[in-house]
Formats: sequence, structure tokens, C-alpha cells
Amino acid sequence: MAVIRDMMPAFELFQPTTTDEALGLLDEYRERAWVLAGGLDSFDWLKDRVKRPAAVVDLGGVEALRAIRPAGGGLEIGAMATLREVSRSPDVRERYALLADAAEIVASPQIRNQGTLGGNLAQDTRCWYYRDGWNCYRAGGTICYADTPTAMNREHCILGASRCVAVNPSDTAPALVALDGELEIHSSGGTRVVAAEDFFVGPDVDIMRMTVLEPGDLLTAVRLPDTWAGARFYFEKSRDRQVWDFALAAVASAAKITNGTVEDIRIVVNGVAPTPLRLRASEDAVRGRQLNDEVAARAGEAAVQGVRPLNHNGFKVALLRNLVMRAVRGGEA
Amino acid sequence: MELFEWGSNPWGQETLVRISWDLLYLAFWGGIAFILFHVVYAIVWLPKLARANGGGEAEAGGASVPARILRHTSAARFFHWVMAAAMIALLITGFFPIVGIQFPWVTIHWISGVLLTISILYHIVHATFFLDFWSIWILPADLREAWQRVRHQMGQEAGAIRKHGKYPLDHKLYHLAVTIAGLAVIGTGIVMMARIDGALWPRNPYLLSDATWGLMYVLHGFGSVLFVTLTLTHIYFAIRPEKLWITRSMIFGYVDRDRYLEHHDPQRWVVSRDSTEG
Repeated sequence: MAVIRDMMPAFELFQPTTTDEALGLLDEYRERAWVLAGGLDSFDWLKDRVKRPAAVVDLGGVEALRAIRPAGGGLEIGAMATLREVSRSPDVRERYALLADAAEIVASPQIRNQGTLGGNLAQDTRCWYYRDGWNCYRAGGTICYADTPTAMNREHCILGASRCVAVNPSDTAPALVALDGELEIHSSGGTRVVAAEDFFVGPDVDIMRMTVLEPGDLLTAVRLPDTWAGARFYFEKSRDRQVWDFALAAVASAAKITNGTVEDIRIVVNGVAPTPLRLRASEDAVRGRQLNDEVAARAGEAAVQGVRPLNHNGFKVALLRNLVMRAVRGGEA
Repeated sequence: MELFEWGSNPWGQETLVRISWDLLYLAFWGGIAFILFHVVYAIVWLPKLARANGGGEAEAGGASVPARILRHTSAARFFHWVMAAAMIALLITGFFPIVGIQFPWVTIHWISGVLLTISILYHIVHATFFLDFWSIWILPADLREAWQRVRHQMGQEAGAIRKHGKYPLDHKLYHLAVTIAGLAVIGTGIVMMARIDGALWPRNPYLLSDATWGLMYVLHGFGSVLFVTLTLTHIYFAIRPEKLWITRSMIFGYVDRDRYLEHHDPQRWVVSRDSTEG
């Protein structure tokens, strides 16, 4: 079990100043390397001594990864841009307020000053059985300690579980999926661009990781196409306390509405499934229709089809339904 | 190389988790090594033996034997191919994710496992009541003949060696290995179904203790990696030129009279005119 010692195990610390230098280190150390961005997820793992990398590659000195700039009609945000920089960026706020709203509600002001967009997207799950070093599925074992009659599973999955019931904790992830964002990943083998929806990996596919990032990979930038720029956005995060807390459930939506009719819409939730979940059935219930309470209710009902609540998180069903309804209504009423 | 993976349970006790996946690679490369060895053996050694034996000879007096002899009934062939499909699906869904090819595999895996289980149950009933049950099992006479054949291969005096009955010893050995590995994976696989949600049952990962689950995973793992070797070698022998007549019989059901008389002892595998009927 994990023991918090506030003293990290020994590792080699590297502080590259260029992306190429960082990639060289990641390629050299592969599985034994740990990428350090803001450090807010990393230091828990290291201080708890659950993860013991041989090398830590601190990206704090790679200035090229911090830029926020227009690109191809949309916007490109460096993975090392802090959440505060993202939420305060005029470009982001003006055209992609959904992402700005999501970044602005992460944790606390101190954490937003330190935490990065890339780190927030790539962070590991917060399931405490896993984080505490229990030998669960996600840690390479053959059991989920959170999925038992007596387990503390109030914060876990109600949708999409496959053996492991941990949820994705990122606030910016559902916004990015709703905006049809793309992620640029570099490695020694080249560069690939992955749709935000495909960036996240569920336990049905790989139970030991949350994203498609492989050893040697470096998430360098997030691209926002102009598809949803300036749309009507809605972001809401439900949590136990109003600051420094992870979402019990969060919803991000982007809608194109003309004369009260929904031309197109994206509805994405997080905190209820192992990955940010795009609710296509809810989108279909709304698309092409006049916005009213009945349509919103239908979208809410579609969202909770197939839910499998655990012993202590049945409340998430109503929470999810209502969040989706509110997202469709755009927060009115 | 490790044999097992160990972990600790919530009480800090060390428990078995599963076999080490090193064994998967060992099973795979062991199978490849065996195939390569056999290729060399078939090229270098078998022709010498054939010359020493004066070539294969068909038994005289086969006039009463029909031109086509039924080797596998349609029911037996149906079982074989269903089992083969299920086994391939199980191997792909079980091992591809381990070697880095990720996809949602759990549902396909357990459904294939259920299909395999049903096909094996069917086979047990069919073989017990409708086929010559003992023809596939290793009997004392097989062991005596096996020793004779070993001596013959080594160039020693071995006496007259009788031809096989319906199944030669290598087929019987393969069947025995498949039976053991199959029982291991099916028996443990059925218990492991308790750990996933099914249409008729809720998951219950606490059905057994950590240590007993570990044992289940280990037995399942051993059986599974054994199937990697068995499947590789089975496919290899199925496509070897001198064995194609056997493979064809698993597709079409029949062997012809010459093959029958060349490889089998009519007194040990008795056929009649009825044997031409499917």
C-alpha cells in the first residue's frame, strides 16, 4: 500500500529546453521515463512511491510548448500552457469559451497557475484504491476494489465500465471533445494527430492506461478547429465543494442554433464513465428540433439509457440526466 | 524468466496474480522451434527412413474395402471447425492485447469461451455415444508400439511394426494435450465468468479468495499458452504436403482406399461398405 512520505524516490531529473531534447530523453528512457508538466498529478504518484520512474523529464523549460496561437482558421494551444493562461487567453475566451470555462473551474487558483492543459488532459484517474497502490486491474492485478458491495465508489462509473470502474477526472477533456479538438503527439517515430475523442482509452480496450500516449510519446499541442468557434456553449461541473474538487459529473456542450432550432450539437460528459463520453443519442434527440423543455427532457432521458450505477453512486443517474437537460437548455431555467 | 506474477492483497499478503507473460513468448517461440526442427527432420531424416523401409506399401487384399472411407462424420467435422473458430477467437482476444494490439476484447472472449464450452460438451456426448470412444485414447498397446517406433527411428532392431488403427499415436497425444489444456481453460474460464456482468448474472469478484483467484488465473494462463503451441503445430501439420489427405478428410469427411491401406491396419480400423455413407 502507498505510504505518503513526502520524500520522493531517487530518479534522474532532466530539464530540457527544446521539444527535440525532450523527445530524445523520452526515447532513451521509454517506460522508465516520467513526463512532468505542472506536477500536480505527478507529485502524488512520486511522493506516494507508487510510481518509481528512473528518469523525470521536466517540460517546464520548453517554452515552445506554451504558445497559444491562431492556426488553420482555428487555434493551437501548447500542451504546457497553464490552465490560467488558457482560461484568460482572449483568443480562447472569444471563440472557444467552452474550453475557457472548463479550464477556469479546475481545482483552485493556485493549481490553475501551475497545472497545464496537457497535464489536465493526460492525468491519471483519481480512484483511491488505484492511487493508494492497491494491486487492482489498472495496476496490473486482476480485481477492481472499487466495484464491491462495501467499496467507496461514490465517485466512480455509471456508464461504460469494463471490470475497472474508475472515471476520467479531467475538466478540460469533455470541452475539447465537444469542440472536435485534436491532439498533436510527437515521438521519435514522427508526429501523429489524434481526435480528442480517440485520445482517451477505456478499460475495455486497455485497462492500464487512460490515453493513447505510449512510452516515448509527448503531447505537444491541442488544436481547435473553427467548426464550433463562437457556438453557444455550456459547461457545468457538479462537485461536492465549490473549489479544489474533482467533478462528480460534468457536461460540456456546443450548439449551433438558428431561430430556436438546433442545427447541430455536441454533448459530452465526464466523471460518469472511464473516458469523456459523447452522448450521441442525446444529440440525436435534439438535433433538428426546436429547443424546448420536452426536447431537453428527451435528451436527458437518452443520456441515462444503459446506466449501471454502483452501490453508492446511484445519485449520478439523476445528476447526469439533469446536467444534460440544463446543457440543452443552455442553462436557462 | 519468471514463471508467475505476484502481487499483494489489501492485507499486504503476497498472492499469485497470473502466469508471467514470458511464458506466452516461450510457448510461441517453442512452437516455432518445434516446427523448424520438424521441417529439418522431414527433409533429412524421413527420406532415409522411407528408403530403409522400402517405401510405404499398401496392404494387399483391399478388394473388400470401399473406394472412399468415412473418417469424420459431418457432426464430427462440424464440431472440429466450430471449436477451431472459437479457439482462434479466444487466442486472438486473449493474447493480442498482451502483445500490444489493443481492442475491446472481453465480450468477444467470453462469448467465444461459451461457444467453445458448448462445442466441447457436444463433442463429449457425441464421441461417447456415437463414435468409437476408445479409438482416440492412448492405450497400453500404443505405448508398446511407441517404444518400437522409437527404436526403429534410432536404427535399432524393433521387430515388425503394425500400422495404426483409426488414429496414430501423435494424433492421440495431441488430443490428450488438447483435452488437458481445454479442461484447464474451460473449467477456470467458467469460474472467471463470475467476474464480468453477464445477461443472467451480476458480477461477483469476491466469489473466491485472492489466492484462489490467483490459482484460477494461473491455470487459465497455463492452458492458454499451451494452446498457442498446440495451435501453431496443429496448423503446421495440417498444411504439410504428406498430411493434406488427413486435412481434406476433416473438410470432406473421406479418405480414399489407397491412403487407408497405406497408413492404417484394417484389422484395427475396421471399415465396411457402410463406411462410404456420411
